[in-house]
Amino acid sequence: MDMNEIKEIFFQECEEQLAELESGLLKLNDGDRDPETVNAVFRAVHSIKGGAGAFGLDDLVSFAHVFETTLDCVRSNKLEPTQDVLKVMLKSADVLADLTNAARDGGSVDEARSRTLIRELEALAHGEAPAAAEAPAPKPAAAAPKAAAPAPVVEKPPVNDEGFQPIPFSFGDFDEEPADRYVPTCQVVFKPKKDLYAKGNEAVLLLRDVSRLGEMSVYCDMDSLPPLDKMNPEEAYFSWKISVTTDKGEDGVRSVFEFAEWDCDLDIHTIEEDVVGEASDDEELPMQPVPFDLSMLDEGGPSAGGEEEPTAVEGDAAAAVAAAETATKVSQAASRAAENAKAAASAAGAAQANQAAAAGQTIRVDLDRVDRLINLVGELVINQAMLSQSVVENDNNGASSINMGLEELQQLTREIQDSVMAIRAQPVKPVFQRMARTVREIADITGKSVRLITEGENTEVDKTVIDKLAEPLTHMIRNAVDHGLEMPEKREALGKNPEGTVRLTAKHRSGRIVIELADDGAGINREKVRQKAIDNDLIAADANLSDEEIDNLIFHAGFSTADKVSDLSGRGVGMDVVKRSIQALGGRISISSKPGQGSVFTMSLPLTLAVLDGMVVTVAGQTLVVPLTAIVETLQPEASAIHSFGASQRLISIRNSFCPLVDVGRILNFRTIQANPIEGVALLVESEGGGQRALMVDAIQGQRQVVIKSLEANYTHVPGIAAATILGDGRVALILDVDAVVAASRGQSLKQDISLAATG
Amino acid sequence: MTTYAVKNLTHGRELIAFRIGEQEFCVNIMSVREIRGWTPATSMPHAPPYVLGVINLRGAVLPIVDLSLRLGMKPAEPTVRHVIIVAQVGPKVVGLLVDAVSDILTVTNENIQPTPDIANEAEKAYARGILAIEGRMICLIELDSLFPHTESEAA
Amino acid sequence: MKKKVLTVDDSRTIRNMLLVTLNNAGFETIQAEDGVEGLEVLENANPDVIVTDINMPRLDGFGFIEGVRRNEKYRAIPILVLTTESDAEKKNRARQAGATGWIVKPFDPTKLIDAIERVTA
Repeated sequence: MDMNEIKEIFFQECEEQLAELESGLLKLNDGDRDPETVNAVFRAVHSIKGGAGAFGLDDLVSFAHVFETTLDCVRSNKLEPTQDVLKVMLKSADVLADLTNAARDGGSVDEARSRTLIRELEALAHGEAPAAAEAPAPKPAAAAPKAAAPAPVVEKPPVNDEGFQPIPFSFGDFDEEPADRYVPTCQVVFKPKKDLYAKGNEAVLLLRDVSRLGEMSVYCDMDSLPPLDKMNPEEAYFSWKISVTTDKGEDGVRSVFEFAEWDCDLDIHTIEEDVVGEASDDEELPMQPVPFDLSMLDEGGPSAGGEEEPTAVEGDAAAAVAAAETATKVSQAASRAAENAKAAASAAGAAQANQAAAAGQTIRVDLDRVDRLINLVGELVINQAMLSQSVVENDNNGASSINMGLEELQQLTREIQDSVMAIRAQPVKPVFQRMARTVREIADITGKSVRLITEGENTEVDKTVIDKLAEPLTHMIRNAVDHGLEMPEKREALGKNPEGTVRLTAKHRSGRIVIELADDGAGINREKVRQKAIDNDLIAADANLSDEEIDNLIFHAGFSTADKVSDLSGRGVGMDVVKRSIQALGGRISISSKPGQGSVFTMSLPLTLAVLDGMVVTVAGQTLVVPLTAIVETLQPEASAIHSFGASQRLISIRNSFCPLVDVGRILNFRTIQANPIEGVALLVESEGGGQRALMVDAIQGQRQVVIKSLEANYTHVPGIAAATILGDGRVALILDVDAVVAASRGQSLKQDISLAATG
Repeated sequence: MTTYAVKNLTHGRELIAFRIGEQEFCVNIMSVREIRGWTPATSMPHAPPYVLGVINLRGAVLPIVDLSLRLGMKPAEPTVRHVIIVAQVGPKVVGLLVDAVSDILTVTNENIQPTPDIANEAEKAYARGILAIEGRMICLIELDSLFPHTESEAA
Repeated sequence: MKKKVLTVDDSRTIRNMLLVTLNNAGFETIQAEDGVEGLEVLENANPDVIVTDINMPRLDGFGFIEGVRRNEKYRAIPILVLTTESDAEKKNRARQAGATGWIVKPFDPTKLIDAIERVTA
């Protein structure tokens, strides 16, 4: 693994953390005051900052730092997470996401926006925190003028820990003689407390590190060592007096004790050269300089030394080290007995823990690998079908064992396919979370107050579907807020909650995922839609349309109900585009609306884009596949049920209602003359917003699960055709786009918006 | 990319020559994936006449183009003796129906003569030059211009 | 024999960086994702030194350190706290819980290895 791979991991992790951050903030926004929620939010930002720091992503670090600081105020209850506070934080989460994306893909970030938010975050952290009442808090005080400055400089997080900053060197003459060969000598009085050992520090290691600084002499003071029988193995009895001559100076010596200085009495001071001699004679500091022997350390495995009587080695530096080791070892030995007793129990405990960890384990797999597997399984399914077909064709003498084997193979293939598809299934949660941001942004721009409620976030669907869902969904949400919801004042006047609600729901229904987007706005203004449709020549002025049909007019190309094309849902992108992208996913979309109460958009999508249950039919000598989900029923038309209508229309009567007949062969230009309905089969289909139609095909071959193959990969989109598949005979069959065919039957031509031809 | 191709030209390159009726054409061998026999194609609705349909190429859907018709000659009547040149055109893979593959040529830039002025606009669009080899005339085709990524010609 | 380091950090990024850094420096590395897992792993891992994050789900660094120190077998093991925290208060809490030392993130490999060398023989 190299740094680039770790960086990729970092960005993946960022995505997860950002999702975590957003959902946490939204929970807080909903009044959740669980400290763990606040912690999770804090951790998310903290984690991003930590990783970003490691990769030198300074912009990200700076922003995350400010954000984190403010979140910490919430965490420590210095800042109440009110709706206003959360508004800033949610926006900050968005900026953090932008910064992350910019760091990954090199995109640009709205700097003014992030600067504004940094100011707002800092104001929250400083302004609202009861700074005056607090014990002297140097950081807020120092940062306050910055916050007030017109263009505040982004405060970089301190690289070092302030609490443990090395103390500045205090000898004035040191600076004056930098080039001199003078090497200061430091005297250290070091008396560990027992806490030092309890925290895993070792006097011997500290002495070793001091010895590495330069020439050292050490004196071990064992005066306080009690007789052995009174000795507490956990107590610290020794102290050391050290003299070290080092060019690292007092700072260098102090840094050795960085981890230990709180758990020992430590006195470090530099003595000038001429004082050294005096010091050695000093009665209070009886020093007996001896070379410090580190070989003891090398041998100092758990079994070496330790038996020696500490008191017998007074004055010897090596022995002083040994004594330090002894002090530690005595305590280690004491704990070893207890350790043995616990060993058996803990082994059993560990085994249990391992088992617990094994449950619900996950692995991360490269998506390419999964896709390769899915493609291979797709090939397997086709191959299995081809094999079955050729066996049936060539083997009529009833070798039942082969047939049985084939059946089992088919069963297994199907199971493998289902399992492999399940690997790609993911919850819709990330897309839903992205919508929260969309709602915030558009609410901001339109000045409306909106609450987004999401349900069924854990509903799973193929990753490809999820990836392609975001765009149409974003557009629909914008549309719902922009066109659907009324302004707060108007809502209030209508007796509604001034805050509008947009509800996004996902659920599984009969092998598909159904996503609903409901708003509690004004609903479709049918009069306006109708008039618009008439103005745009979409319908005749006297057309008799049901409410449902009027509502569905909004999915027509070029239809826009807003009086003025707003900057948001406008841009020439209408609901027709949404509909088309949903259809491209093999999905359907419809709307139902109640004036004054709001609209509900319902999308139904396949759970996977890789396979489809289809009915294999013949049309004008061509084999086609019709998605099973579209078919309501199949019928064999009788001559008496067929009625001509107008010049070329024909209707079929089904249980006393009339349903238009659609000649699939004609629509697809497979033939020029109308087929005779009574020689074929009618597939009654339900299409989006258009009621039922009877699709005429020549014959039904059977039902089959087929692997969906893209036509666009090497060719182009074909009107009336959703995709292709490969049948058991190895030939390509086309999958019918039922909605497009039905729409075409209504008189909208299957427009050749492609021309490509062979490549596009 | 372009600079590389141009540089390559001077060092010689390999071309695949094929026959359509009486005429010979060639394309850069680098764009040819494989050559395979004709199999019946599934016809596509609303396709231009030169698109014969799609076939299954080891699980991928491959459009088949009647190159004869595409080059403005008479439509092919595919038989088992016809071959399909599977070629990479831009991001897509296309099968080109031709009568037969005749040769693999190694040529340098000097071997390629400019397309004569008599050629009409359509031919100029796809012809990158003419090769004279052993008394034969072979037209070098630029597949990318034959199937541009955004073709606006209405079918 | 290689020195064994147990790292406890919830960030996949940091875990991977620690792994690469420590393996390159010749340590054997065992990893846990949070304090709870850290304590579970500890029993079998028998590390020479522990490097832990502070902010973690389930059981944070403070709780983890306290847990280690309560364990008769491991209470003398050096524990380094890996943290971006810049206020002394958190460090103090880590110390009170029983941390041996600390490494301030973003760590560079030298700083990390130095700190480990400092607390291990």
